[in-house]
Amino acid sequence: MAFSANRDAGGVTVVAVEGQLIVANRQELKQLMQDALDRGELKFLLDFTRTAYIDSSGLGALVSISKKVREGGGDLRLAGLNEDLRSLFELTKLDTLFTISETASEALAGF
Amino acid sequence: MITAARLAPRDPNGSHRFRVELPTDLAQVGCVVEAVMECCNTVAAVSSRTRFRLCTVVAEAVANAMVNGNRNDPGRLVIVDIEFDSDRIVIAVSDEGDGFDPEAVPDPTHHTALDATRGRGLYMIRSLADHVAFNDRGNTIWMTLPRC
Repeated sequence: MAFSANRDAGGVTVVAVEGQLIVANRQELKQLMQDALDRGELKFLLDFTRTAYIDSSGLGALVSISKKVREGGGDLRLAGLNEDLRSLFELTKLDTLFTISETASEALAGF
Repeated sequence: MITAARLAPRDPNGSHRFRVELPTDLAQVGCVVEAVMECCNTVAAVSSRTRFRLCTVVAEAVANAMVNGNRNDPGRLVIVDIEFDSDRIVIAVSDEGDGFDPEAVPDPTHHTALDATRGRGLYMIRSLADHVAFNDRGNTIWMTLPRC
């Protein structure tokens, strides 16, 4: 299971990305997020604590998801990126597009 | 499950060489990465930084080969050659497409491209690998990483 979603007490949908976010599974994440948006959920945290690597399709999926959440009036945050993944966001300048927190608990406190 | 075939070394004291050959199928990209990392595990202990770079550039190059090279045609093959020598890892990824001009790929970090949902693959490879080269046709990419 690459993705697991839970709703915390504050109404934030927390999606954990296990292993990798790549061309082979990005559609699954996009669908999971779309389903949540369709249910009226607006606050999202993507937790990458257990993510080993992300390819450019995965980054593209995150950009696409971010647009949809924004268009729906929602809030998307990322957390748990290790040093390598963080550097990937920095070198692609996507760190300027997302709200990124060190840890999931820090991100949840910010909603 | 995908397994890499071990190839004969180029010379008696030479490097470890492996090959993965597979039809175009995006669902297999993660399995190719696992097969390459399995080769890595049998040959050398590498740092977590190198593992990350290796996973990312292999996933990226194989997906590019399938989508942009082979145009998602399941009848076309992708070949991944991995060579471990004393101080570096060289990965070659080839497809059966017409090739492309790597110099013509736009910069995905330009402010007008930041919210694009594609077009970052080659930039990521160039950023993560120590050296990147292409054949004249543009359907084989060589990526060099440190073996440490």
